[in-house]
Amino acid sequence: MNVVVCVKQVPDTSDPDTEVHIDSSGRDVERSKFSFVINDADNYAVEEAILLKEKHGGEVTVVNIGPETANQVIRMALAKGGDKAIRLEDEKFEFSDAVCTARLLASAIKDIEYDIVMTGCIATDDGYTATGVALGQVLGLPHAAYVKSVEVVEEGKLKVGRELEGGIMEMLEIQTPCVLTIQTGINEPRYASFKGIRAASKKEIKLMDLAATGLSEDEAGEAGSKSVMVQYSVPEVGELAEMLEGDAAETSGKLAGILKEKGLV
Amino acid sequence: MDFDLTEEQRMFRQTVREFAKTEIAPHVEELDRAGEFPYEIQEKMADLGIFGLPFPEEYGGTGADLVTYALSVEEISRVSASLGITISAHTSLGALLVYLNGTEEQKQEWLVPMAQGKMLGAFGLTEPEAGSDAGATKTTAALDGDEWVINGTKCFITNSGTRISKMVTITAVTGDRAGKKEISNIIVPHGTPGFTVSPPYRKMGWHISDTHELSFNDCRVPADNLLGDRGAGLKTFLKVLDCGRIGVAALSVGLAQACLDEAVKYAKQRQQFGQPIGKFEAISFRCADMLVEVELARLMTLKAAWLYDREEPYSKEASMAKLFASETAMRAASAAVQIHGGYGYIEDYPVCRYFRDAKILEIGEGTSEVQRLILARNLGL
Ligand SMILES: Cc1cc2nc3c(=O)[nH]c(=O)nc-3n(C[C@H](O)[C@H](O)[C@H](O)COP(=O)(O)OP(=O)(O)OC[C@H]3O[C@@H](n4cnc5c(N)ncnc54)[C@H](O)[C@@H]3O)c2cc1C
Repeated sequence: MNVVVCVKQVPDTSDPDTEVHIDSSGRDVERSKFSFVINDADNYAVEEAILLKEKHGGEVTVVNIGPETANQVIRMALAKGGDKAIRLEDEKFEFSDAVCTARLLASAIKDIEYDIVMTGCIATDDGYTATGVALGQVLGLPHAAYVKSVEVVEEGKLKVGRELEGGIMEMLEIQTPCVLTIQTGINEPRYASFKGIRAASKKEIKLMDLAATGLSEDEAGEAGSKSVMVQYSVPEVGELAEMLEGDAAETSGKLAGILKEKGLV
Repeated sequence: MDFDLTEEQRMFRQTVREFAKTEIAPHVEELDRAGEFPYEIQEKMADLGIFGLPFPEEYGGTGADLVTYALSVEEISRVSASLGITISAHTSLGALLVYLNGTEEQKQEWLVPMAQGKMLGAFGLTEPEAGSDAGATKTTAALDGDEWVINGTKCFITNSGTRISKMVTITAVTGDRAGKKEISNIIVPHGTPGFTVSPPYRKMGWHISDTHELSFNDCRVPADNLLGDRGAGLKTFLKVLDCGRIGVAALSVGLAQACLDEAVKYAKQRQQFGQPIGKFEAISFRCADMLVEVELARLMTLKAAWLYDREEPYSKEASMAKLFASETAMRAASAAVQIHGGYGYIEDYPVCRYFRDAKILEIGEGTSEVQRLILARNLGL
C-alpha cells in the first residue's frame, strides 16, 4: 500500500491569543511574528498514511509546495515514518489557487507508484477545503472528502467513512488509486521519536522547480489560476455591532447584562 | 562561532514542545492541586525517550546530546517545573552518577531501566546537618564481611518515594583516611530492611515532584553496591552536581519563559484607566527586561551544555548559568505576579503556581550563595 501524503506549512494559530496582521502588500500576513507548523488536518493524514504502511507495507511519500523553511514540516513527517519526500518551490508558484495548486501537486505525484493520495480536508490558513478534491479531478481519480476512517477491503478497494453533519457516518467503497481528504480526529497523531528524527535528517528531499514539473508558466501561480486573491482586509466594525472589551470575566458579565436588558434571557 | 541549533535539536525541541502543550498543559493545574506524582504523564514522557536523553542507546538511552537535553527540560518546565525537576534530578543526578561511575553490571541493572524511564533516579547528598556543607555527611557505612551497614538520614531527596523509585545513590562516610573522612557512594535499593522512606514533604511549590526524607537503620547492602572508587564519593557527587546545575538552569529558563508569556498576554488584555496595562511603560519595560534576561539565561545554559558536549570544562559555566537562570526565574515570577495584580495571587492564574515553583531554584543543587562562593573561588578570591 503506497501512499502519497500532501502536507502544507501554515502559521501556528492554535493559541487563541495569536494576533494576525496584514502586511503592507495587502496580499499576505506579517509572517515574521509566527512560528510555522504542519497544517492540522495534514498531520492526521500523515499519521493515517503511516498507519496504513505499518499494517499493509509499502511506502509513504511526502509532497509539499513551499519554501525551504517547510523542510521542517516535511522532515517531521519523515521522522514519524515517511520514506521519501518531494518539495516544489519556484517563485512562479506564488498565488496559485486551489486548482492550480492541485495541478502542481499532480505534476510531482504522477511519476510515483501509489494506491492512495491523502491531503488534509482543510487548511487552517486559507480554509479553501478545495485542494484535495481538485487533486482528485486533476489526477482523474475517484475521491472522498472529510474522511474519518479508512479500511482496506481487498486489493484495489477501500472502505472509507465520511463524517457528515450531525455525526452521521457515510460509508462508501472506493477503488484505488484514489484521493482522500482526511478529517482531523481520524487517529491520534504520534510524536516523532528521537531515533526517527535522526534517521529523517539523512533522508533526501527531492526538489522540483517549474521546469521539473513539466508545466508551462501559464499553468502555474497567478497566471495559471482562475481565481486570484486580491486583498486581505479586516472588516470594519458595523454600527449595529457593539464590541465588548476586557478579559473573559468582564465581557461575559457585560454580555449577560445586555441580554437581560434587552429581555432576551 | 555558530548559534544555530542542529536540525535534530530543533525538531526534538518542537516535538517536546508539542507534547508538553498537548499531553501535560491541560492537566497541570489539576495535578498540582492534587499534589500527586503523575505516573501516566511520566510514562508518556518515557515513551518519548525523555528520561534517557544523554545516554547511549546500548544502555537504554536516547543517544542525544546535552544541548537536546537542556532544550527538552526547558520545554517541559515551561509547562510544569515539577516535571522539569523530576527529569533533571533523574537524569543529570541519579542516572548520570551510575553512567559515569558504575561497573558494567551496575549499569545493566540500574542505568538501563532508568534511561528507559521505567525507574526514577534519585540522588541522596543532603542531610539534616549537611546541606551546603555537603562534606559534613554524618551517614556512615561500615563494611561488615561482604556487606555495608548503613546508618543515617538524608533529607529533601527528589524522586525517592514513587512506585518507580527502586534505588537511591547516597554519600556515606566509609572510614578515615589520614585523619580525613573517607566518603563513598553506595547504591541502596528500595525495600532493603532498615531503609525507610518518610511521607512526602508538604512543599511551597513543585507539588507534583516527589520529595522525601530517607532514613537508614542498620541497613545492609552487598559490598558490590559501592559505586565508583571507595573514598571518591564526594568528588564524584560534586562532579555530577555540575551537570545537575545545567538541568536546573534549563528548568529555570523554561519557568522564566512561562512567566514572560503569561505576563505579556495579561498586559495586553487587562484594561485599567481606559487602556491595556501593557501600554503603561512601567509594565512594558518590565516585560522588555524579562525578555532580555530570559534570553541571556538561555544562552548561558546552552553554552554550558555545549561545552559538556564538546567534553570541555564546563563547571564554571554551569554554575554561572544556574545562578543567573534561577535568579532570573525568581525575578520573572515576581514580575509576572506583580503585573497580574491581585489576580496573580489567586491560584486560577498560572503565574501563582510559577511563583511558588520558582523560589526553590535559588536553593536546590547549590544555593545562590554557594554558586557565588564557587565563582568567587574561581576568581581566586
Ligand atoms: C524540593 C527540594 C528538593 C531537593 N532535592 C534534593 C535531592 O534530590 N538530593 C539532594 O541531595 N538534595 C536535595 N535538596 C536539598 C538542597 O540541595 C539543599 O536544601 C540545599 O543544598 C541547601 O542546603 P540546606 O537546605 O541545608 O541549607 P543550608 O546549607 O543550611 O543553608 C542555609 C542558608 O545559609 C547559606 N549558606 C550556607 N553556607 C554558606 C556559606 N558558606 N556562605 C554563605 N552562605 C551560606 C545558604 O546559601 C542558605 O541561604 C532538595 C531540596 C528541596 C527543598
